[in-house]
Amino acid sequence: MTAEQIALTVDAKGLSCPMPIVKTAQAIKQVESGALIEVLSTDAGSVKDFDAWSRSTGNPMVESSVDGTVYRFVIRKK
Amino acid sequence: MTATLEPVLATAPAPQAAPEPEAPTRQLVIINWSSEFDKVMPTLILASAAAAGGMKTHVFLTFWGLLPFVKDEKRITGDNWMQKMLSFMQRPGISHTKMSKMNFFGMGGWMIGKLRKQYNVAGLPELLEACMAMGVDFMPCQMTMDLYGLKREDMIDGLGEPVGAATVLELMTQPNTADLFI
Repeated sequence: MTAEQIALTVDAKGLSCPMPIVKTAQAIKQVESGALIEVLSTDAGSVKDFDAWSRSTGNPMVESSVDGTVYRFVIRKK
Repeated sequence: MTATLEPVLATAPAPQAAPEPEAPTRQLVIINWSSEFDKVMPTLILASAAAAGGMKTHVFLTFWGLLPFVKDEKRITGDNWMQKMLSFMQRPGISHTKMSKMNFFGMGGWMIGKLRKQYNVAGLPELLEACMAMGVDFMPCQMTMDLYGLKREDMIDGLGEPVGAATVLELMTQPNTADLFI
């Protein structure tokens, strides 16, 4: 459970590859280093995708959870 | 002997570890040779995803693969009758691509369109926009432009300067670079 404030939420629900990743990459540019962003997605493939993206870009994944059909990823901008 | 060395060694600076060389930036080079919908789509998906993942992404547009990057509104391009006929038979523009298999005079393309809408999968214009927004470098092939009689004004905005094989080969052989031929 993160007590820290989420700086930005990316609503990628209903979008398919590659849009969740693309929208997240664009969104993360808008926040400060160290800030948290939250991504909501309904694409099952995005779980592995966001893990990989987090490793590629060096932005650590703080939380990866699922609530019903919605996947939630909390990522910190490095 | 040691007596004379010691004072010198005592004042010598501590040996430092050599600075770690920075890993070269990861790159992706796609040679986009094809013009069909089902081939341009993976090009644009991979390019936008790579760019989103922090990879410097270049897409070389050559042969048929240059035609989808002509402005949608240009129906006929070229100077001589052969070039004009080419554009007549292979309609240029990102919104006018066909399936490479089972196009069935457009039925196949139409069905893919319906499926895309149903599952909310991005189409080519949207993917191209995503690529441009992520800073993908589109490099038109100069030789293809000459062959087809294509001019700068025929092409969409946002493409880089026309280049040749040597430029692409140099990029492809850089370290940490993945290459694809689509």
